[in-house]
Amino acid sequence: MQRHLISAADLTRDDAVLILDTAEEMARVADRPIKKLPTLRGRTVVNLFFEDSTRTRISFEAAEKRLSADVINFTAKGSSVSKGESLKDTAQTLEAMGVDAVVIRHSASGAPYRLATSGWIDAAVVNAGDGTHQHPTQALLDAFTMRRRLVGRDAGLGKDLDGRRITLVGDILHSRVARSNVDLLHTLGAEVTLVAPPTLLPVGVETWPCEVSYDLDSTLPKSDAVMLLRVQRERMNAAFFPTEREYSRRYGLDGDRMAKMPDHAIVMHPGPMVRGMEITAEVADSDRCTVVEQVTNGVSIRMAVLYLLLGGNEPAVSHARPTEEK
Amino acid sequence: MSKTLIRGAKVLGGEPQDVLIDGGVVEAVGRDLSAEGAEVVEADGKVLLPGLVDLHTHLREPGREDSETVLTGTRAAASGGYTNVFAMANTFPVADTAGVVEQVWRLGQESGYCDVQPIGAVTVGLEGAKLAELGAMHESAAGVTVFSDDGKCVHDAVIMRRALEYVKAFNGVVAQHAQEPRLTEGAQMNEGVVSAELGLGGWPAVAEESVIARDVLLAEHVGSRVHICHLSTAGSVEIVRWAKSRGIDVTAEVTPHHLLLTDELVRSYNPVYKVNPPLRTERDVMALREALADGTIDIVATDHAPHPHEDKDCEWAAAAMGMVGLETALSVVQETMVDTGLLDWAGVADRMSFKPAKIGQATGHGRPVSAGEPANLTLVDAAYRGQVDPAGFASRSRNTPYEGRELPGRVTHTWLRGKATLVDGKLT
Ligand SMILES: [Zn+2]
Repeated sequence: MQRHLISAADLTRDDAVLILDTAEEMARVADRPIKKLPTLRGRTVVNLFFEDSTRTRISFEAAEKRLSADVINFTAKGSSVSKGESLKDTAQTLEAMGVDAVVIRHSASGAPYRLATSGWIDAAVVNAGDGTHQHPTQALLDAFTMRRRLVGRDAGLGKDLDGRRITLVGDILHSRVARSNVDLLHTLGAEVTLVAPPTLLPVGVETWPCEVSYDLDSTLPKSDAVMLLRVQRERMNAAFFPTEREYSRRYGLDGDRMAKMPDHAIVMHPGPMVRGMEITAEVADSDRCTVVEQVTNGVSIRMAVLYLLLGGNEPAVSHARPTEEK
Repeated sequence: MSKTLIRGAKVLGGEPQDVLIDGGVVEAVGRDLSAEGAEVVEADGKVLLPGLVDLHTHLREPGREDSETVLTGTRAAASGGYTNVFAMANTFPVADTAGVVEQVWRLGQESGYCDVQPIGAVTVGLEGAKLAELGAMHESAAGVTVFSDDGKCVHDAVIMRRALEYVKAFNGVVAQHAQEPRLTEGAQMNEGVVSAELGLGGWPAVAEESVIARDVLLAEHVGSRVHICHLSTAGSVEIVRWAKSRGIDVTAEVTPHHLLLTDELVRSYNPVYKVNPPLRTERDVMALREALADGTIDIVATDHAPHPHEDKDCEWAAAAMGMVGLETALSVVQETMVDTGLLDWAGVADRMSFKPAKIGQATGHGRPVSAGEPANLTLVDAAYRGQVDPAGFASRSRNTPYEGRELPGRVTHTWLRGKATLVDGKLT
């Protein structure tokens, strides 16, 4: 593994499988009365959030605390792309405090990459979402969720997603989740199809390692998992599509559409869901929908990532197992 | 003023000759000229060019003297072999009145390193709504001949039409920064495969091309001439080529960086590569080189855009757009055009001195290297190769994309009306 986790594209197949396997180990911690490992005792992790995301921050924080790290939350609300609150200044302050890892969320694409490569700071950098670029731990938790559901919890250990067919639906253009998922799922051997109106697909998407379709109905019968992406309200006025109703009719997932999916197929969503438009309540509340599991799995994945970045390259099992048996 | 004999220089890259300068003019050009009473500059094998003319420079004064001043900018110009630069109007205050353009012009006169011709804004405050006092700026001491809202596009078709028509009265020219504003909202780099991967807002080629297409048609309709700033796409080249074939009076420029760099470099998220218009693809770069060689693109202009370190040492989205260019322009043109065989040195003189002076009506610059002409000259050691070291820049800003890159050629001497401003690579 590299020293930082900036992009899902940086992960090899073996890196990714190692993270998923390690996350399974970490998941067992969550099943115990005391959900804590001493692994990162004495290490300091900063959650540096230049953009609001309570969900992601809490997930990382839970992961850090379960690994016994000292946690500092730094929120620089509203200062994302304005001069004055410079990323560099903040980085140098954190460097002076001697932090071991920085989990960064930023509205500017590339900010975590700059942080990791500009020599401003020496800590390990974990990208918790940057602009419309990448959100690698989200892709990892999605892959983890798919592997558990489609391959099996224990049967999945050591395995990738070879041959599974995954469909991503919605605002691909503005989605760091979509970019990260396409990279990672391809690395793990899955066949990915993106479905969206042409206005919400990026120029150059034809060079991505995936299929592209404008037609949801024809892709559903051959999907093992369908992941719906959030369409942000502000896109509505920017002429990306005519009306919410038309979007919903063509790209929303309702019960009738879900019935076209194979029986074993799952429905995913990175949350928060806009019920009604992209997903109906019927689908969201069905047991095929993995939204709640995705949240739970997020903590395990983030524990695994922090453990592997800070605790060494060897599998977590060598450390985690003895602790577990105490 | 004392005499100077430049001995054995390849004038415009031709056979070695001697050039005698006396009293601010070229006294004689020939073989074995007498060195009597003259300071001798041994120029064995070096290339002598007419002093370079930059139709597109940002000197930042007044208002952003922390980036550049007229003095530091003209020193940078002399270092790069320039004897005349046109200063863009997007200063603070904007150069949209006779007062501001005269101030810039006087500062240029006082610097002594390089003549400065201010460019006047087309619209008040660069706001695109109301014509600035174009005539008053032309009649001022600065004698403005080129008008531009550069940094912004004159996007209102009626305002553009009126400006083109109005400057006909004094043979002025409107230099357009072609960028359709709606198509480039949130844009941060070239729209394409790389922007999609990096998650940076895309800047489509058509945003530039559609404005150029409109403006050449407007120029044709009103019978005026238009100059297109910093062409960056293959499609823009095609439109200008078509317009010229149709007899439309259009000229166009390309920057050195668009002749060399591509959007692949943005993968580093390093803001030194953030520039407007953005770095494009390899295909665009090749089309621009060809167009400069065949004359479709008339000139090279630096778009020298100095910014202080802190405006570039940050994340991509927060960084300022632009690169310094005066001190590396000739080297980049040598690398991309001369060393590739696309252009000889006479062609370089044409694209970097004769033609820009003609477009901007810089009388006294862009003249042949022959007896009786003003001694605005540049001596180039074309055999030199070395790494670019911004620490040695005369510009107040160091935002160069070439740091550490090996480039050919070095300007060793520059003369402004017979007076050396650069000697052995050092400013006087
Ligand atoms: Zn411009």
